[in-house]
Amino acid sequence: MTTVTAPSPLTAGEKGRAGDKFFSGLTFAAGGLILVVLLFVTVFLVVNAYPALIAGADELPSQTSFFEYVWPLVLGTLLAAGLALLMATPVAIGVALFISHVAPRKLAKPVGYVIDLLAAIPSVVYGAWGMLFLAPLLVPIYDWLHRYLGWIPLFNDPSATGRTILTAAIVLAVMILPIITALSREIFVQTPKLHEEAALALGATRWEMIKMSVLPFARPGVVSAIMLGLGRALGETMAVALVLSSGALTWGLLAEGNNTIPAEIAANFPEASGLRYNELIAAGLALFLITLVVNLAARWIVNRHKEFSGAN
Amino acid sequence: MAKRIDANDLNVYYGKFLAVEGVNINIEPRSVTAFIGPSGCGKTTFLRTLNRMHEVLPGAHVKGKVLLDGDDIYGPGVDPVTVRSQVGMVFQRPNPFPTMSIKENVLAGFKLNGKRLSKSDADAIVEKSLRGANLWNEVKDRLDKPGSGLSGGQQQRLCIARTIAVEPSVILMDEPCSALDPISTLAVEDLINELKNEYTVVIVTHNMQQAARVSDKTAFFNIAGTGKPGKLIEYAETSTIFNNPVEQATEDYVSGRFG
Amino acid sequence: MTTQKTPLEDAVSQPIAASTSTGDAPAGPERRHGRSRLTAGQLPKWTPYAVGAAALVLSAAIMALIGFNVAGWVIIAAIAYVVGMYAVTLIRENRRKATDGLWRNLIIGAFLIALVPLISVMWTVISNGWQGITQPGFFASDMQGITGKYDRAAQAGEGPILGGIAHALVGTLLITAATTIISVPIGLLASIYLVEYSNDNLFSKIIRFFVDVMTGIPSIVAGLFAAGFMLAVFSFFGAAPGAQTIGLSAAIALSVIMIPIVVRSTEEMLRVVPNELREASAALGVRKWRTTLKVVLPTAISGIASGVTLAIARVVGETAPILVTAGFTVATNWNLVKDWMMALPVYIYYQLTTPTAPQAPEPSMIRAWGGALVLIILVMLLNLLARAVAKWLAPKTAGR
Repeated sequence: MTTVTAPSPLTAGEKGRAGDKFFSGLTFAAGGLILVVLLFVTVFLVVNAYPALIAGADELPSQTSFFEYVWPLVLGTLLAAGLALLMATPVAIGVALFISHVAPRKLAKPVGYVIDLLAAIPSVVYGAWGMLFLAPLLVPIYDWLHRYLGWIPLFNDPSATGRTILTAAIVLAVMILPIITALSREIFVQTPKLHEEAALALGATRWEMIKMSVLPFARPGVVSAIMLGLGRALGETMAVALVLSSGALTWGLLAEGNNTIPAEIAANFPEASGLRYNELIAAGLALFLITLVVNLAARWIVNRHKEFSGAN
Repeated sequence: MAKRIDANDLNVYYGKFLAVEGVNINIEPRSVTAFIGPSGCGKTTFLRTLNRMHEVLPGAHVKGKVLLDGDDIYGPGVDPVTVRSQVGMVFQRPNPFPTMSIKENVLAGFKLNGKRLSKSDADAIVEKSLRGANLWNEVKDRLDKPGSGLSGGQQQRLCIARTIAVEPSVILMDEPCSALDPISTLAVEDLINELKNEYTVVIVTHNMQQAARVSDKTAFFNIAGTGKPGKLIEYAETSTIFNNPVEQATEDYVSGRFG
Repeated sequence: MTTQKTPLEDAVSQPIAASTSTGDAPAGPERRHGRSRLTAGQLPKWTPYAVGAAALVLSAAIMALIGFNVAGWVIIAAIAYVVGMYAVTLIRENRRKATDGLWRNLIIGAFLIALVPLISVMWTVISNGWQGITQPGFFASDMQGITGKYDRAAQAGEGPILGGIAHALVGTLLITAATTIISVPIGLLASIYLVEYSNDNLFSKIIRFFVDVMTGIPSIVAGLFAAGFMLAVFSFFGAAPGAQTIGLSAAIALSVIMIPIVVRSTEEMLRVVPNELREASAALGVRKWRTTLKVVLPTAISGIASGVTLAIARVVGETAPILVTAGFTVATNWNLVKDWMMALPVYIYYQLTTPTAPQAPEPSMIRAWGGALVLIILVMLLNLLARAVAKWLAPKTAGR
């Protein structure tokens, strides 16, 4: 046997430690690099946004102060994402429950698979669909809404092209629907069989079982799925840039107008220079802060509900 | 090959919590020593300090000495990796590497360390180790099949083969039969009896009949209550421990009055 | 609502008669055939069909009043069906059964509602895109020299639709490859640190938190960062402003998006590798880095590879960060570190928003749809590949 060298003093083999040190150092560096990148992103955004934040109204290209420039965009962003979430959430949770607890098993598997695929469709494709297919389709419906509900200010001035904030919100809703569905379904199927069977053994109907065991278990996961969807909708650029015929802030959901931060940046950044460049980056910083708040809120909600989820 | 182990005043801590206190024990080479005692008494914890495997748990550390043929394994500059290549370990649940074949599992100790073996050397080691683990005849026709395809008892003997392939001096076994059926248990116990011809074997077991069947000496560990450290109560010839122990606690435990 | 009652009551009058007679039937072997006491009082099997038919008729009647169209007919019929089923079950059985049925119908309804736009998206892209990708030279040519003149001719039917996506495909493939090369090692090593080396210390908690934050960064912000970062780097080395608009900038922007995805999925996969394997390897006297590379990673490789593939699928479709970093062009550019570069999503965006011939946008739309179809196929293939990879590389447990 030439193979095993068992040196009797246990201190031998010191040289082998170098590999361990090197490798753990390498992984540590990679972890640190991620922090550095994020630090860079923040520092860069702040430094480049700063000139626009302190500039006087007459210096900026829009001839207004930065805050007057950005708040309609913030409102537009929140409006589009909020409407999208309002439409997508109930449907997405319904579909997720359908796949996990209602549909026959033979159907559930392929449907779940298709939903996963749909969640991966690039947003520019949804944008193209919204711009060329959905918007023209919605024009008569908007006219109809205006004719019967026009006394509500929301339904004033229907657009002739259908490229309005409501259309953009619908496209966003369609886009985040598979995302929320895929994540929620994953949580729903993780409900412990024991909890479900406990409810059924008490004579619960299927809905009562879902209400008693599935929903409480899944609540934090579903909340974070919704928040992820909201984050996506807030940061989504292309779908809105393609669909929306942008303009000044307006309450009319059916009218052309409004704009979102990402769409504003995408449309103007390639040709921007000077203070306009800083102004757009400052808008990006505002968007970053909004999504950060949404993310932190999601974490907070998830953590607060953790003890009652039954997950432990 | 086989080496003796001496532990002197060994304390084991998890963070600040003292888990095992003041163990003094001398384990002879070429013998089987069994650790018995109720759950949570620290016998597995102590076993893992004999090849520094407790260090994979964050915060675990020891005070005191463990001598392997006189060399302190906790001495300054001692590399735990070197210790472990001399003190092998078999675990409670069989854990063959799922990505490797039977043959690769046996050679894992060499392959994972990047040692190059000639084909004839490798084949010789595989056959010798598998024969040593009483597994050769059962698997010789399917050495290239995945190790996880074997039965539980075969997997455990494969893990023993993997351990003896690197020719350690000491083999530690942490309840090696607790996940096995009676027939596989018998096969592993037979193997332990043969292993003591070449190795120092230390085995933790919950099964007192097993301790009585396989071991030469037995150590009884006990714990005074939750939150208290585990202690070595009595260490003697197996027949003494089971027939006329000195301590009352040992007598109570082996006669089934508690635990 | 009053018009709705009549057909419903017609539908339920029969089962009332039937079940009262079973209710009166004596217990024991003489009980009427096919009806046990356990099923007594239940609605007959055909109730949903009856209610469905009634709902369709009712809806048609309403439509006849306000002007018929298919979509309105189906929607009103569906609402009437759900309400009708609830009412029937409530009257004939009990509230719990009715609630159960109501939610069941609503959940199925949600599923059907979701199908409509999603099928519509798929159908629009496939039917329009097919026309795009079957144009001669669609994959082989770029947009160099394609001017409005040709498009006007094509729309007037006097010539073929020229131009294609070659430059965009090249750009997408190069940028995605560069992104993968940057992101995968960093993401992999960082997650190895988190799982194998950090012992859940404070630093690892900070990394985990900020990886979470990074997953929430809007993609356009990642693009802005990369654009400005590269501008700073380039001007530091004295390059002319504008020289930073290259494919590599886009790859850096996409890496900011991709790294957290890789870290998240890899970390999850490493965590499910049983600790017993690490211990078994350590007990053989194997060093930790070798254990990690040769035991832990191979065991988790199927999940890691499929996670990476999905991450690639995610960044392939990103538009905004490329738009603000790599710009757009009509010519094929194979150089990641020089000149503007086109990517497929940006191509689609530009064909849609700035048609080559503003008076004759049709050929541009067709090219955009063709690009969209190619992009979807690319993403789908990557998704399928992820599943296949997960299967191929999974540790083989069979063989007994």
